[in-house]
Amino acid sequence: MNTQQKWIAYYTILIKEILRFTRIWKQTILPPVITTSLYFVIFGNLIGPQIGNMDGHRYIDFIMPGLIMMTVITNAYANVVASFYGSKFQGNIAEMLVSPTPNWIILAGFVSGGVARGMTVGVAVTVVSLFFTHLQMQHFWVMVTIVILTAVLFSLAGLINAVYAKSFDDINIIPTFVLTPLTYLGGVFYSIAMLSPLWQKVSLLNPVLYMVNGFRYGILGVSDIPLWVSYGVIMAFILMLGGYSMYLLNKGTGIRS
Amino acid sequence: MTTALDIQGLRKTYHNGFTALKGIDLQVEQGDFFALLGANGAGKSTTIGIVSSLVNKTAGKVNIFGYDLDTQREQAKAQIGLVPQEFNFNMFEPVVEIVVNQGGYYGIPRQEAFVRAETLLKQLGLWEKAREQARNLSGGMKRRLMIARSLIHQPRLLILDEPTAGVDIEIRRSMWEFLRKLNAEGTTIILTTHYLEEAESLCRNIGIIDKGELIENTGMKQLLNRLDTESYVFDLASPLEHLPATSSNLCHCTLLDPTTLEVAFHKEHYSLNQVFSFLNQQSITVQSMRNKTNRLEQLFLELVEGNKA
Ligand SMILES: Nc1ncnc2c1ncn2[C@@H]1O[C@H](COP(=O)(O)OP(=O)(O)OP(=O)(O)O)[C@@H](O)[C@H]1O
Ligand SMILES: [Mg+2]
Repeated sequence: MNTQQKWIAYYTILIKEILRFTRIWKQTILPPVITTSLYFVIFGNLIGPQIGNMDGHRYIDFIMPGLIMMTVITNAYANVVASFYGSKFQGNIAEMLVSPTPNWIILAGFVSGGVARGMTVGVAVTVVSLFFTHLQMQHFWVMVTIVILTAVLFSLAGLINAVYAKSFDDINIIPTFVLTPLTYLGGVFYSIAMLSPLWQKVSLLNPVLYMVNGFRYGILGVSDIPLWVSYGVIMAFILMLGGYSMYLLNKGTGIRS
Repeated sequence: MTTALDIQGLRKTYHNGFTALKGIDLQVEQGDFFALLGANGAGKSTTIGIVSSLVNKTAGKVNIFGYDLDTQREQAKAQIGLVPQEFNFNMFEPVVEIVVNQGGYYGIPRQEAFVRAETLLKQLGLWEKAREQARNLSGGMKRRLMIARSLIHQPRLLILDEPTAGVDIEIRRSMWEFLRKLNAEGTTIILTTHYLEEAESLCRNIGIIDKGELIENTGMKQLLNRLDTESYVFDLASPLEHLPATSSNLCHCTLLDPTTLEVAFHKEHYSLNQVFSFLNQQSITVQSMRNKTNRLEQLFLELVEGNKA
């Protein structure tokens, strides 16, 4: 395939992915928007004023970046794991496997689909957040790049999960037992400065912490972590998971007998 | 002449340790209409799966129009259109999108893919359903959808794995016409089927797989000529009391019921004309006649039976 044909294959997958999640928007876009709005109401408006300031910001302002990030993470992941597993389950992954589309384009297409869903829901949640607080955007490009890179990372993780999944149950295991704990403990709701030195150290092992803090820096200009460390950790994970995804696709794990 | 498909020493052992292919050698020439026959579980779909990159091979070489599947996979894949045995499209996607997207995976621009999809869906009688979700199609329509999908990139080699399973007679005939025309226009076709009259009427060459081995690979005519006895069933105008005594041991008669006579004879030494003159002598009037079984079916059973020994 020449470059133009590869490009066509790529956006065919991307368009298909976008159509998929918009066709079922009641399952993919609406629920996270409702959940996050509840967080804003409960933690931001009702409980927040009792908590006072965190890192020099109102509590609602402090958690807003974390909540948006959490939404982006879950949705990017959920999109790829559901779509890729669905194509395995229905067999239509074969449509791509028989074609000359190279594996890296297939990977790029699915990951971009995950990013698109993450961003769509992320923007929707951000719009809702404006009812409760105002968006500061101290460092616009930091905010945008961190959120996109994070969406890429978790889209890759979703794809790997889908490759190994043998049933619909398997696509919920990682989100429930890994993703949710990591995000809740990743500094979405608190600054790790509040923790004892030991737990601060433990928290530093949590990759989500670096993403939430990088994003918070983009919006509020404050972070528990130096910015370059955030970028470094995210990029390292992307390279690792991306490389591993390619290995799995080339080998045909879970998709070719 | 170019070889459309060249398979050498193809072996496949699945993860569970089952060896489905035990070394297949098979050549299909460009322009051929080739039947790949075999009982359930013989290894037809496994062979097709390997050729179309859906199954990893254990050993062997596959060449498609001269492109090596290992070293020139992209070019090799671009030559093939596949209609798999099982429905494998996204049931929730609209029909036309399934076909257009498939074009995208071959690098065909969307607008062009749409034009081609319209032509194909019209030819296959699916255009009225173009906007329906695929799950709303009937079984026979789903098969035709897979044919349309497989042709969007105008492949030189079309491989169909039981395309007419569960398709009604009328549609089956129109599918045959469609495939014949495609073949006449230059597309090489490989087809598997359990309807042997379908293979007989469509295909010029034939391969028979049994338990992972190719036990026969020849021309359809040559194969049919190998059948040395012909058996016919005659429906008689009036009941016969007893079996007519035949003068020749080259022709054998059996009375199935008073008005149904079965006649079997050696093709080389006897002819239908002789059968009829004999019946005339006996003043037996035949109202209608038919082949006892499909001839290919009879041969197929003999060959597979022979391979058991
Ligand atoms: N994924 C798999 N894992 C293990 N064994 C398999 C797998 N797929 C097929 N087989 C086995 O390989 C053998 C050949 O199967 P294949 O599907 O190629 O047969 P076939 O000739 O297409 O049969 P049919 O006419 O029923 O479609 C069968 O015994 C089957 O059980
Ligand atoms: Mg089969």
